[in-house]
Amino acid sequence: MPIQVLMPALSPTMEKGNLAKWVKNEGDTVKAGDVIAEIETDKATMEVEAVDEGVLGKILVPAGTNDVAVNTPIAVILAEGEKAGDISAAAAPSKKPVVPAEQSREPGPASAKSPAVPDRGEAASGTTVQIPAAPRAEIASDPDIPEGTEMVTMTMREALRDAMAEEMRRDQDVFVMGEEVAEYQGAYKVTQGLLQEFGAKRVIDTPITEHGFTGLGVGAGFAGLKPVVEFMTWNFSMQAIDQIVNSAAKTLYMSGGQVKCQIVFRGPNGAAARVAAQHSQDYSAWYSHIPGLKVIAPYTAADAKGLLKAAIRDPNPVIFLENEILYGRSTPVPKLDDFVLPIGKARIARAGKDVTFVSWSIGMNYALGAAEELAKDGIEAEIIDLRTLRPMDMETVIESVKKTNRCVTIEEGWPQSGVGAEIAAKIMEQAFDWLDAPVTRITGKDLPMPYAANLEKLALPSVPEVVEAAKSVLYR
Amino acid sequence: MARKPARAPNDDIGEDVRLRMYRMLVEIREAEQRAFDLFLQNLVKGTSHLSLGQEAVAVGFACAMQPGDLSFCTYRGHAHTLARGVPVEKVLGELMQRDNGLMRGKGGSMHLTSEEHGVMGSYAIIGAHLPIACGAAWRAQYKGHSDVSVCFFGDGTTNIGAFHEALNFAAVWKLPVVFVCENNLYMEYTPIGEVTAVEHPAAGRASAYGLEAIVIDGQDADEVYRAAMKAYEKARAGGGPSLIECMTYRYSGHSRADPAKYRPEGELDKWLKRDPVKIYRERLKQFGIEEKVIEKIGADVMRVLDDATEKCKAAPMPPLELLTTDVYADGGWAWRN
Repeated sequence: MPIQVLMPALSPTMEKGNLAKWVKNEGDTVKAGDVIAEIETDKATMEVEAVDEGVLGKILVPAGTNDVAVNTPIAVILAEGEKAGDISAAAAPSKKPVVPAEQSREPGPASAKSPAVPDRGEAASGTTVQIPAAPRAEIASDPDIPEGTEMVTMTMREALRDAMAEEMRRDQDVFVMGEEVAEYQGAYKVTQGLLQEFGAKRVIDTPITEHGFTGLGVGAGFAGLKPVVEFMTWNFSMQAIDQIVNSAAKTLYMSGGQVKCQIVFRGPNGAAARVAAQHSQDYSAWYSHIPGLKVIAPYTAADAKGLLKAAIRDPNPVIFLENEILYGRSTPVPKLDDFVLPIGKARIARAGKDVTFVSWSIGMNYALGAAEELAKDGIEAEIIDLRTLRPMDMETVIESVKKTNRCVTIEEGWPQSGVGAEIAAKIMEQAFDWLDAPVTRITGKDLPMPYAANLEKLALPSVPEVVEAAKSVLYR
Repeated sequence: MARKPARAPNDDIGEDVRLRMYRMLVEIREAEQRAFDLFLQNLVKGTSHLSLGQEAVAVGFACAMQPGDLSFCTYRGHAHTLARGVPVEKVLGELMQRDNGLMRGKGGSMHLTSEEHGVMGSYAIIGAHLPIACGAAWRAQYKGHSDVSVCFFGDGTTNIGAFHEALNFAAVWKLPVVFVCENNLYMEYTPIGEVTAVEHPAAGRASAYGLEAIVIDGQDADEVYRAAMKAYEKARAGGGPSLIECMTYRYSGHSRADPAKYRPEGELDKWLKRDPVKIYRERLKQFGIEEKVIEKIGADVMRVLDDATEKCKAAPMPPLELLTTDVYADGGWAWRN
């Protein structure tokens, strides 16, 4: 039975192509693998090989024809003993059916011509497909702290160290890795004492190789360990951002749920003082953009401890953004055997009725300072410390905004596509009718961090800026 | 079984392994060819990178592995995935974006993963999986396990920083990891020699990490198997990593859209004479394995492949609910609000 040769698809996006040239002529004998024609696509000129043996009985599409649709019959091959006269409209379709019979199972419109698999264009032009509703996260509240619990004042540095030590005692699969974390006890002394307690097998000095040790941590995570990877500062994580985003965050999804990565990346984030542009960047917006990551940025020692313990136990990759200036700040931490806080839950740091401030990490310094100033004028700001940036606890924010009808976000990061921009958009989506003023953002200035103290101070947010923004949304 | 006399009595590989390797060579050859055919029929729509001509590397290294050893592949990873025993239906189904695919259509050709077969993933970012393989090997060392991590990559990878960062780590910590460079002479469309400071892109760098420079014939599955066994034994014994450069050739272009016109006249023909499947077929005959046994392997492979192809064509695409699953290990897509 004569066999049709169909116009092949030579690239994933090819819908049609130009039949540039016939290499074989009618009457020529062809073997499987022989080049019979050349086809031009938008990318290249490709050769078409015969998949059947026989004689090229008839050329249906002459050389020089442009825009031949994929799957159009372009020639007919005759088997031994067949004659050109056998060619008729009833010529057999190619031996490999192009369109599966189960087309009706496919989503989107099906027509005789549509390929088996709808591409993006068809999906876009077809009937609207409802994206399945996302399951809602049920996030627990902070655990109750029993009455009479002793509160121990400690620095955030100590709280972080204690969190790691407690989790390392609890789980042998947890280990700490990074530059200078062992013998030197950490560039910022956050890993102080860990080498002495846990030994060199679990507290590991790496060479200066951010991509390398991040990838190594991710591989250890894929294989079942629970690494805590310290970046000397998050500024250096840009060397490793491919491993964090492409490897750690996406593999669970790409592998269809097979390979998870339980890992914590931690270190100081954002500006310190007088370290200039390359060492002063805030990565809050960068990492909280990425599905597959959780992002935590605590302000108090207690939150740092409870959330780092939660992060180490979390089955996902977690970005833990600390702050150099906050390392030495002492605040009370409950003395409990196992103090773990929920990831994804904001904390109301100050109750108020007039305006909502939303901040996290060192941004809280400006929020609290401004609230104090405003209180002198009888303005009561409610301050929400997000603590976790992804998942973001918008319920707590929205509830507050519905009460105060006003919101100011405060962050040290840059304004464009920043976390404040995201919060403002969500408030518009979820509480537009409750707003009495536009949501206002206080951010770092839109420029690289300067070195000189006076310029640096100007580049960062300030308490007076927050006060002014609050008064502005209150129309005072 | 009267076919044994011709076999060398002290042969280290043996008939069972040889037959297994031949079956796998044929399976990969035919599956890659089938993937190409399905592409021409518009049934495989995404990009794919074929291993036609390079099969013996994947086969030799995989057949020398033990269960529990881990493979880390690149976007040119169909061969390495199949070689670990992943059913061809699962691979073709994934390429055809069907619900019966290995990852149910969530990863495609470039991200084939089968944890149960030790295939820990296929990576489409050059070099990224070398440090990752070190991490998996580090876990074996940390836990006192004896498994080996095997990391496959192309010649082009040797010029990216991750290659050097990973080799340094592996050497300093004596990790049980084997780095397998498939030198197919081209970095995408550019001859590797034009962009590399040393003649052998991998082996030429080995001494910088205190490793032996090893270059082998990647077209001979027996030679590959022996090199693999040696490297695995060293790794399991605590002797640290190996870096093995396999000379091989890619019959097709870099990806589906590449007609490979940049190759010099006659180069492909020269390599086709050293075709790994042909070489191995002859090898089986040298060891006295009967023609009909060899034929039957080929026929079995084709039957499984044809059956798999039909099942994939009939399979539905993934259900839409799958869009939002597996973003997080503890609850899908729960974080949007």
